[in-house]
Amino acid sequence: MAAVQDGQVESDAEKETKPDASNDVAGNSSGGARSMSPNAASSASGAAKAAAPTGPGEQQTLLAVLQFLKRSKLLESVDILRREAGLSDELDESQTNDGAAAGSASLLRRVSVGGAAATNIAATTTSKGAEDQPDVSIVLSAYSQQGDPALYQVYYSGLKNFIESVLDCHRAELSQLFYPLFVHMYLELVYNNHEHEAKVFFEKFSGDQECYYRDDLRVLSGLTKKEHMKGNETLLDFRTSKFVLRISRDSYQLLKRHLQERQNNQIWLIIQEHLYIDIFDGMPRSKSQIDSMSGSLAGEARREANKAKVYYGLLKEPEIEVPLDDEDDEAENEEGKPKKKKPKKDNLGSKNKKQDPNAPQQNRIPLPELKDSDKLDKIMSMKEATKKIRLGPDTLPSICFYTFLNAYQGLTSVDVTDDSSLIAGGFADSTVRVWSVTPKKLRKVKSAADLNLIDKEADDVLERIMDEKTASESKILYGHSGPVYGISFSPDRNYLLSSSEDGTVRLWSLQTFTCLVGYKGHNYPVWDTQFSPYGYYFVSGGHDRIARLWATDHYQPLRMFAGHLADITCTHFHPNSNYVATGSADRTVRLWDVLNGNCVRIFSGHKGPIHSLAFSPNGKYVASGATDGRVLLWDIGHGLMIGELKGHTDTVYALKFSRDGEILASGSMDGTVRLWDALKAFDVETDDFTAATGHIHLPDNSQELLLGTYMTKSTPVIHLHFTRRNLLLAAGGYNSQ
Amino acid sequence: MAEERRQKQCSVVMPTESMKAMAESVGVGQLQEDSCVALSEEVSYRIKEIVQDALKFMHHGKRRKLTTNDIDHALKLKNVEPLYGFQSQEFIPFRFASGGGRELHFYEEKEVDLSDIINTPLPRVPLDVSLKAHWLSIDGVQPAIPENPPPAPKEQQKSEFTEPLKVVKPGQEEEGSIQAKGQGATSAEGLGRCPNRTEKGSIRIKPRSTHELSVEQQLYYKEITEACVGSCEAKRAEALQSIATDPGLYQMLPRFSTFISEGVRVNVVQNNLALLIYLMRMVKALMDNPTLYLEKYLHELIPAVVTCIVSKQLCLRPDVDNHWALRDFAARLMAQSCKTFSTTNNNIQSRITKTFTKSLLDEKTQWTTRYGCIAGLAELGPDVIKTLIIARLSVEGARIKAVMEGPVVSNIDKIGAEHVQSLLLKHCASVIAKTRPLPDVVDQYRTDYGYLGPMLCSHVVKARAQAALQAQQVNRTTLTITQPRPTLTVSQSTLGVSSGPRTPSIIKVPSSLALMSTRPGTPTQPSPPTTKYIVMATSAGAASTQQVITLSSAQSGSPVTSTVPSTPSTLQPLVKLESSSTAGMSRPLQKYIVVSLPSSSSVDSKGSGVLPASTSPISVEQSVKLERSESPAASTQSPH
Repeated sequence: MAAVQDGQVESDAEKETKPDASNDVAGNSSGGARSMSPNAASSASGAAKAAAPTGPGEQQTLLAVLQFLKRSKLLESVDILRREAGLSDELDESQTNDGAAAGSASLLRRVSVGGAAATNIAATTTSKGAEDQPDVSIVLSAYSQQGDPALYQVYYSGLKNFIESVLDCHRAELSQLFYPLFVHMYLELVYNNHEHEAKVFFEKFSGDQECYYRDDLRVLSGLTKKEHMKGNETLLDFRTSKFVLRISRDSYQLLKRHLQERQNNQIWLIIQEHLYIDIFDGMPRSKSQIDSMSGSLAGEARREANKAKVYYGLLKEPEIEVPLDDEDDEAENEEGKPKKKKPKKDNLGSKNKKQDPNAPQQNRIPLPELKDSDKLDKIMSMKEATKKIRLGPDTLPSICFYTFLNAYQGLTSVDVTDDSSLIAGGFADSTVRVWSVTPKKLRKVKSAADLNLIDKEADDVLERIMDEKTASESKILYGHSGPVYGISFSPDRNYLLSSSEDGTVRLWSLQTFTCLVGYKGHNYPVWDTQFSPYGYYFVSGGHDRIARLWATDHYQPLRMFAGHLADITCTHFHPNSNYVATGSADRTVRLWDVLNGNCVRIFSGHKGPIHSLAFSPNGKYVASGATDGRVLLWDIGHGLMIGELKGHTDTVYALKFSRDGEILASGSMDGTVRLWDALKAFDVETDDFTAATGHIHLPDNSQELLLGTYMTKSTPVIHLHFTRRNLLLAAGGYNSQ
Repeated sequence: MAEERRQKQCSVVMPTESMKAMAESVGVGQLQEDSCVALSEEVSYRIKEIVQDALKFMHHGKRRKLTTNDIDHALKLKNVEPLYGFQSQEFIPFRFASGGGRELHFYEEKEVDLSDIINTPLPRVPLDVSLKAHWLSIDGVQPAIPENPPPAPKEQQKSEFTEPLKVVKPGQEEEGSIQAKGQGATSAEGLGRCPNRTEKGSIRIKPRSTHELSVEQQLYYKEITEACVGSCEAKRAEALQSIATDPGLYQMLPRFSTFISEGVRVNVVQNNLALLIYLMRMVKALMDNPTLYLEKYLHELIPAVVTCIVSKQLCLRPDVDNHWALRDFAARLMAQSCKTFSTTNNNIQSRITKTFTKSLLDEKTQWTTRYGCIAGLAELGPDVIKTLIIARLSVEGARIKAVMEGPVVSNIDKIGAEHVQSLLLKHCASVIAKTRPLPDVVDQYRTDYGYLGPMLCSHVVKARAQAALQAQQVNRTTLTITQPRPTLTVSQSTLGVSSGPRTPSIIKVPSSLALMSTRPGTPTQPSPPTTKYIVMATSAGAASTQQVITLSSAQSGSPVTSTVPSTPSTLQPLVKLESSSTAGMSRPLQKYIVVSLPSSSSVDSKGSGVLPASTSPISVEQSVKLERSESPAASTQSPH
C-alpha cells in the first residue's frame, strides 16, 4: 500500500499523499474511512523512520502522532512507537489530556449528523484538537509548512493554465477547483506567516473567482495574520469541513494525470486534505448546471446527503364531526361542507380518505390532542375555505398592505395569525406589539381575585373572564432586552413566540398578555423562531449555528440540529410537522428530521444568506429566498432544485404560497411584492436520470412565471400571508426618506 | 472594475499616524514605528470583523442603513463592552483640527451643564407606531391612490415623450407630442414629413390611441378646475394640494395644461387679476407634483406664465390693484421652471432671457412690462442681475427720474416707476453688496449708477449690515428670520370672481400663504416632527442668500420662507444635522439641517423664495442618508 517511491522524504505529511492517491484510484467515493488507517499507518511509520528525536520540535511531532494513534484506538502502534522513540508515559499523557478535552469539546460543537458521521468526527477531532493546541497544531494542522511560499503562485497559475487549456466540456467542471484551492492556498500562506506572499497571491487571483464568492473573499481579504485565524468563524468552517465538489470521472482522471505529471504535490495535497470530490460516471456537467448548484460555503451537497427518504406528504386530518352535505357543494351553504376540505389541500387531487404514501405515520412524532376550541377553529377555517377564491394566472389575488407607521426603521419582524385576525410586530426597541385587525378588541383575562367572583357554570364563562376595561386595539409586550428578530403565533392564537438578540426565545400568552417562559439555550442572537403547524413544538435558530427544537412545556430543547456552517437565519416547519427547514448564512437550506434529528436534505445553490423559506401547502416543495434577490424552488422528495425565480433586486424577506399552492408571493427589501405562477414552476418532469445524478437543467423562464409586480412607496415587504380566502396580506415598515 | 476595488480592500489599513494620535491621547508618548504598524493592522482587522458582524444585524433588522446599535450588538457578540452613550446631537460629530503638519479628526465631548438640561422644555413625545392598511392591488391591478407609487413613473412618461416609438402600451399613451400627432396622420403624410423615420421601406407609426378619461377622472377634473377658480379659498387650497400631490394625474395633465393656457389667454384680455393668480397657483401646484413629467406641456405653460409677467395690463385698475405681486410670483415660477426644465436642447433659460432683455431694451416698453422684465430677469439669479440689470441701472435711473421729477404725466406711470425703482433697488443692492468692494461712497455710487446711486448706496449698506449680523447667527447656529420676502396672499373673502366691486387691496404683501403648498402627510407618514432646512447657497463671489424654510406637517401650518443675505466668507461648506434627543427615546424631534448647495453659476443662489425644487431635494437627501436610524426621517416632507 504505502509504496514509498521517493527516497527523499521531506516530511511525513507528504507521504500521506501517496497512499491516498492509490486509494483514490480504487474509488474515491468511499470517503475517508478507508483512507484513514493507511494514512495513520504511513505517517506512523514515517515518523518512526525519522526516529531519533533530537530537537523539541520533533518530539512534539511524535507526541502528536501518538495522540492521534491513541484516538484512533491503534494501541499496539502506540506502544511500538513509544518504545522506539523512548518516550516517557507522563509526557504524552499530559498532552493527551488536553487534546482529548479539546477534541470532545469540538465534538459537542459540531457533531455532524450526516451520513459519514464517523469519519467526519474523526477528521474534525484531529483538526480541532490540533488547532486548540498551538504546538501540536504546527504538526498536524491542515496548514503546516509546505514547500516554498513563492511557488504557490506558480502552482496555482500552472493549474489555471492547465484547466483553461482542457476541452470545454471539462473546463467548467474543473473550474470548480479554483475557489477552494485559492482559499486554502491563501490560508496556508497566512498560517505560515508569509504575509506578503499571501497578499500578492490574493491580489493576483482573487479577481478570477466567481462573483458569488464576493462576500467570503471580503472576509478573507481582511485576514492577513495568523493570529487573525483564531476565532474567525469563516475560517474554521473552511478548515473543519471539506469543500464538496461534484466532478465527472473523466474530468477527475484528467486532473489527476496532470497533477501527477507535474509532480504538483502541493495542490494534490490540498485536494486530498480539504476537498471532497464526489465523482460520478457520465457526461460532465455544463457551466450553467454547475453555477446553479454552487455558491454555498462548503460547496455542493454530497449526493448521498440527499438520498434519505423524506415523508413529505401531509398528515391525515383528524375526523371532525361536521354536518356533511354534498361532496362538491360549491355554493355557499351555512352547514354545507365539502367533507374534509382542508385549506392546505394538495393540488394533485387525492382526497385524503386513503393515506398518502409519502405521508409519515400519523404518530411518527407525537402531536398534541385537539381541544374543543381547536375543532371549532378547524370548522371555521373549513367554512372560510369554501369561500376561497381559486387563484391562477388569470385571477390574481388582491393584496392588502399593512404599513407600520412611525416605526423609525425599527420594525424587524411581523407575523399574522392563520385566521388573519391578529398581527404582531417585533421591534428593534425590544418590544413586541400585537394588533387586532378585526373590530374585536384585545382584552386581558381578569385578575385572579376577580376570576373568583365569576359564575363558573355560566354559558358565557369564556366571555366573562375577560376584563372589558383592558380592551384596546393593540398591546405591547415588554420583556426582551434586544431587538426582536423572529416572531410567531401559535396556531390556536393563544400564544406568541418571539426571539431576540438577547439570546432568548419568549413565549407570551395572548390571554393575559404576559410572558410565560423565557427559553434560554442560544447564547447568541436568535434570528428566527416558528411554531409547528400543530402547535406545542417550535423551532429556533440563530447565530450559534444550531437550530433547536423545543416543546412549549420543556425549558430545554428536545433536539439540536447542528451542521450549518454559519448563522441560521430562518427556520420553518414542514406542514406535517415532521420536518424542519433551516436557511443559513452558509447559503444552504437544510431539512431536518424532527424524529431523530438527522439532516435529511442539503440544498445548495443560493449565492447569499437565506432569509425566507416557505413550504408549498402540499408539502412537496420548499421555496427559499436570499439576499441575492433570487427565489429557488426545491423538490423535497427528489432533493433537487427545480426552479429559479429571478426578478427581485434586493433581499427576499418574505415568501408565501397561496392556500392552494397555485401562486407563490414574494416580498423583498426592494419594496415590491411579486406573484409567481407556482403551478407552472413546479410543472417540470423529473426523469429518473436527473433524480439519480442530481444534474438539473433549469429553464430560464422567470419572466414567464412572473404574474405581477406591485411596488410600494419605499416600504420593504417583510411579511406575506394568505388569508383563508386567498386574500394576500403584506406587511412592512414605512421607510421615510 | 469590481475586482480592482476588491483588491484595494485587501490592503486598506488604518494609517499609523492614527495609532500615534490615539496613543498620545491616552498618554503614551513615544510609540515605536513597528508597534504602530502592528497595531494598525490588528485594529484594521478587528474593525473589519466587527463591521461584518454588524452587517448581519442590519440585514436582520431589515434595514439598508448600518446604525450605531448594530455596531454595539456586534461588539456584544464578540464579548466586548459596547460603546455606551455614543449619542450625538449632530450628524457627523467629528471635528477637524490641523496644525504642526498633522491633521486630526476628533470627537468633541463638551461639558454639559445639568441645569441646562433640566431647564430645557421636554421635547415632544415621538409618535407611536401605528398600523395602516391600504390596497396594494385589487384583483391584480394596482389602484392609483396616494399610498401607492404613481402608476406611470416619471421615467416612463419621459420615455414615452422622448422615444414615442419605443414604448407602445395601449391605453397608457398620451398624445402630448406634436411629433406623434403628426405621425398619426396617413402614411403618405408621415413619409413626407419625417423621411428620416422610414426604416427599410416600412414606417413605424405610433398607433393613434384614443385617450379617454374614466368617469371618475372626468368628475375629478371638473371638481378640481372648478375649485381652483372658484370662490371658496378652502376648497381651492384642497384642490391645489391634490394637484401637487396626487400620483395619478398624468393622464389629466394635457387637460390641465390647456385649461391654464386658455384661461390665461381669456383672462388677460378681460383683465381678471384674481383668476390669473389662481391659474398661476395651479401652475405652481403642477410643478410641485413630483410624479408629473411636465416637459411635454411647457409649450403651453411657459407662454401663459410669461404673459402674467410682462403683460401690459393685468387688472382693471392698474393704479390700485396689486398686479405687481402676480408678476413677482409668475417671475419666480418662471425662474423655477428654467431651473428645472432648461436643457441644452430646449434652451428655455436663454430664450426667456432674450425675450425679457429685448423688451427691456425697447424704449417704448410700458412701466408694467418693464417691471415684469426686470422681475423675470432678477429671479434668474445674481449673475443675470449683474450682467443684464446692473449694467442698465443708469439708463433705467434716468428714465425713472424723468417720470418722478418731471411733469406728472399720469398717476399710473408714476406708480409704475416707483415699483420699478424699488424692485431695482431690492435686487441690485444684494448683488452689489456681494461684489462691490468697500467703502460705500455715495458720490461714487452716483457716478456709477446715476440717479439711483444714492438710494442704492444706502440699500447696500443695509444689506451689508444684515449680512454681517446673519454671519454671526450662522456661527451660533441659531436662527432669526429676518427680512421676509414678500409672499403672495389672496384674501379671497372680499373677492368677486369676475365682476362686482373689489376692494383695492386684493393682494397683500406680507403674511404667510401656502406659496409652497404643504405636502399632506402622506399616508405612511402622518405627521412627523417639524423640520427646519437651512439652505446655504454659495456662489463664488456673488451674493448669496440663505433660505430658511420651516416645514411643518400639520395641515394648518404653512411654511415660512425667508431669505437672508449673508456674506460668502462666512459660509463654510458644512453639512450638519442637529437633533435634540432625549436619552430615553433617542428620537430627535426637531432637526436643523444646514445644507450648503453647490455653488452654481447663475441660478442657484438668488432663486425663488421657495426652496428650489430642482436642487434642494438632492442635497437634503444626501444629508439625510447618513443620518442615524432612530431619527425620524422627516425629509419626506421636503419638497420634491
